[in-house]
Parts: sequence; structure tokens; C-alpha cells
Amino acid sequence: MRNTFVIFQKELKSFFNSPMAYIFLVIFALVTGYFFTNTFFLYNQSDMRALFSIVPLVYLFFIPAVTMGLIAKEKSVGTIETISTLPIQDRDVVLGKFLAGYSLIIIGLMVTVIHYITLSFVGTNVDHGAVLSGYFGLILLGGVYSSVGVFSSSLTENSVVAFIIGVFIVLIFFLLDKTLIFVPDALAGFVQYLSVDFHLSNISRGVIDTRNLVYFGSVIGFFLFLTTRVVESRKWG
Amino acid sequence: MIKVDNLSKSYGSVEAVKSLSFEINDGEIVGFLGANGAGKSTTLKVMTGFLSPTSGNVYVDHLNILDHAYEIQKRIGYLPELNPLYVDMKVFDLLKFHASVRGMDEKHFRTALERVVHDCGLSGVIHRNVGDCSKGYKQRIGLAAAMIHDPEILILDEPVTGLDPNQIVEIRQLIKQLGKEKLVIMSSHILQEIQATVDKIIIINNGELVAEGSSEELIASAQGLAQLKLELTGATDEGIQEMKAFIPSLSIHSVDATDTRSFVTLEYAHTSDPRKDIFDYAVKNQWSILEMSQSKTNLEDVFRSLTQNGDQGNA
Repeated sequence: MRNTFVIFQKELKSFFNSPMAYIFLVIFALVTGYFFTNTFFLYNQSDMRALFSIVPLVYLFFIPAVTMGLIAKEKSVGTIETISTLPIQDRDVVLGKFLAGYSLIIIGLMVTVIHYITLSFVGTNVDHGAVLSGYFGLILLGGVYSSVGVFSSSLTENSVVAFIIGVFIVLIFFLLDKTLIFVPDALAGFVQYLSVDFHLSNISRGVIDTRNLVYFGSVIGFFLFLTTRVVESRKWG
Repeated sequence: MIKVDNLSKSYGSVEAVKSLSFEINDGEIVGFLGANGAGKSTTLKVMTGFLSPTSGNVYVDHLNILDHAYEIQKRIGYLPELNPLYVDMKVFDLLKFHASVRGMDEKHFRTALERVVHDCGLSGVIHRNVGDCSKGYKQRIGLAAAMIHDPEILILDEPVTGLDPNQIVEIRQLIKQLGKEKLVIMSSHILQEIQATVDKIIIINNGELVAEGSSEELIASAQGLAQLKLELTGATDEGIQEMKAFIPSLSIHSVDATDTRSFVTLEYAHTSDPRKDIFDYAVKNQWSILEMSQSKTNLEDVFRSLTQNGDQGNA
């Protein structure tokens, strides 16, 4: 646990030591800000639905971009050898890196809280519960995408390739419930359960069901487990 | 103590290390010698738990690397080949990171930092970015990171590549100093480096152990003859030929004569030293010796004769 924290600290620090974190935060704030204010003035409605529906789309590209270097860069620079020969379990390395990437995503999301503050000042009938559950859903979604991103980063030593793989897997999760009409009835329930939108929409509506939480938890756990396995596989190369 | 027991490691169909066995005791500085691609780095990578052996095992203080990699890694300080470093970190942060992973608290870290900064000469760069440091500094930063926790065992994969001659001398002294209390393994393909630093040499070729011992032992066991070059005046060809009858251990390799001088190359077994006899013989015949120089087999010859087919190896 202590080592997970050491890795987490190191990775988060390196995000902020490089332009990475700042570019991500600024562009994320700009994009989400644009989409929020756009509809805000257009429809004169005091809700954040527009923001909440655009964030998953922005995540699609931003999260793989944040996480693409986490392991791939260690591989290409060769520091994977340093970190793997220090007394740290591979799973602690993976978890620490995941948490660092995830934290940056959450920090980015927290920047959008400013819109909520604006809203609560100028708006009437703001549905605070919906906003809270909306944020909660997006935090969970960010976790799933971050774990996918860390996984794809472990597959290659090329960050760009890691990004493309990451976007591809994330896109599958994103599009799964849009393909339901093409899926045979017998499988529809299963495919729907796998799709991230299905669970997200429940939470965004304010329904926090254990089934949804189990889904997010297990998808994150699954990808982190796979990542650990991939990192360990270097030993047998 | 490190014991490598029948270690093999394959990359796919390529066998990088084949049934390698040797032992290293505490307080020894061991040079791990081999041509590029002989399997040096692979062996070190298995010892440090970066790779797993295909068969065989490595024991460190009776713990084996397959089951106790974590425990072994606590005792080892490792400088990997090509010295990969986190270039976007400050030197201080990098050392701090290594210390945290080693479970050192702030107080221990401060004392350790003082020690490695002094030993590795890092005081000028401690607040610089690793990426902005010169190659020599980077090498020393890597070394400092490997020894921040004062490990019992130091494994250094080519620690002096990229250093200038002055730095090489400094690092060599540091390694010798460390070797008084610790077990140090350093790999290299630079023979002078190994010869000057280590107590014991292990030579591997194509993944197999070909020789083991001190540099004197290796030279003594080497095949071939010692050569002696003589420059004489007053000598006759017949006289030179007769010298062979007078000193039976000699054979005459070549004789070049000008009007006044003779250049003679003699050969004899390593075990004998006929130089006094040659001198006496020359005095007896009233020759003057202008030059007598012995060219002994050196470690380089030993290395070359042992690893002659070593250049088609892999990894």
C-alpha cells in the first residue's frame, strides 16, 4: 500500500512537471466550458445535462491521451527495468499509475464544478441531486476508461499505439448499447449489461443501484488485473 | 552470497544463457566479462528478478529468485545496462523516490543522501533535472540511486560506459571502496576496467561459462608462449643459433640482422624465465644488449582466445 502511494505520488508529480497536466486541464476546461455555456444561454435552462452528456465524449479521447504514457514510456525509456527490480510488486506499480491518471481526470472534472457554482447562483430550481449523481457517474466512468488506458499502455512501448488501442477499447464500451438493435434477443440483455452507458444512465438519473456499482468496480478491477498480468509477462519474454 | 545454479534463459528459440553455474562470496568484487551478446546482461537481469529463468535458479543468501524475488530485491542495488533514468525528475526527487520505495524515512534519507552525494560527487547537480545532466553525471546518478539504501549486494551492468578517463578512475575507486564490505558484480567488455577493479573474473561466451578466477590465474592458465624481443650488437647469426643449445627452454622465433645490430625474437613457456641466462650468455660472448623486452600474455589475449567465436551470439 505504501509503495502504491509512492508510485502514485511520483506519477502525479511527473504529470505536473511536464506540460501534460496543464494542457489536459486547460483544453478539457475549454471544451466542456464551451458546451456548457452554449446551451446554457441558448435554452435558458438551469441544468447541467448538456455538460454531462458531452463529458463522456471528451473522455473518449482525453483519458487514453492522459494514460497512454504511464507504462509505455517506462518501456521505451527502459526505466521499466529499474522499477521492476525495485522491491515493489507489479500490482502496486499498476495500481499507483492507474490512481495517478485517474486523479488527473478527476481534477479535470472538478474544474467543471465552476459551472455548477455559477448555476446555483444565477439559476432557479437547480436539481442538486441530479448534479451530484451526474458527477458521481462521470467519476465512475473516468475510472473505467482510465483502467482501459493503463491496460493499453502496458501492451506496447509506443505511446501513440497505446493511445489508439485505448481509444478503440473505450469506443467499444461506449458504442456497445448503440449496437443493441443488431444483437440477437438472447444476447441483448448481456450486451446491454456490458455497455457502460446503460449503467451510467441509471446513475445519472439518480438511481444508485449496487448492480451498477459492481459493474464499474469489476470492469476497473478486470483491466487492472490484466495490466498486472501483462507487466509480469516481461519475465517470460 | 550469490549462487547461480544451472541457469538457462531462452528468448524464444534463442538460448541466451546455457546452464550457467558459479558462486560469488560476500566481500568479493567480481567482473563479469564477455563479448557483446554473450549473455552478461541476461544473467544479471535474472539475478535481479527482472526476468525469470527458463530453467535453473539463482540463490541470494539461500533465497531463490523464483519464490523470493521481493526479498532479494530489497538486498540488491542494481544499475541496469544503459542506465535508464526518469529524465523529467529532479536528481533530488529521483533519489528520494528510490529511498521511499526502500522504505526509508526522512531522517534515514537525509543521511543516505549525504553519503551518496559525497561518494558519487553529485553536489553540483542535486537540484537539476536528470535530463539536463551530462552523461557522466547521469551514470553517477544511476549509481547513487542503486546504493541509496546501502545494499549488501551491488549489481552494476557496465557502470563506466560513457565516462571520461578521470571519471572512470573515480568510479573505479568508489567500486573498490564499496567492495570492501559489499558483494559487487560489475559487467564490462572493457578488459582494462575489469582487470583494474575486480578480485575475480568470470568470463562467459555464448551463454556459457568459459573461465573463472583472478586475472593472474586466468593469464597463467592461458595457452601460448611468452615472447622476448632482443636488440643486440656484436652478435653473430651462429652465436644466436647456439644460444638455443645453451638455454634449452628457448625457441628462436625470428632473427633480423643489419650490419651492426641483430633483432631477435625468442619464445619460451610462461612458467620459465630465461632472461638471466640470456644476459649471462650475451656477456660471455661479449654481445651488448641494447634492449630486452618481454611481452607477456595479457588478459586481452586470454579473453580473445576464450571468446573467439563469440561475435555471432545474441542478446
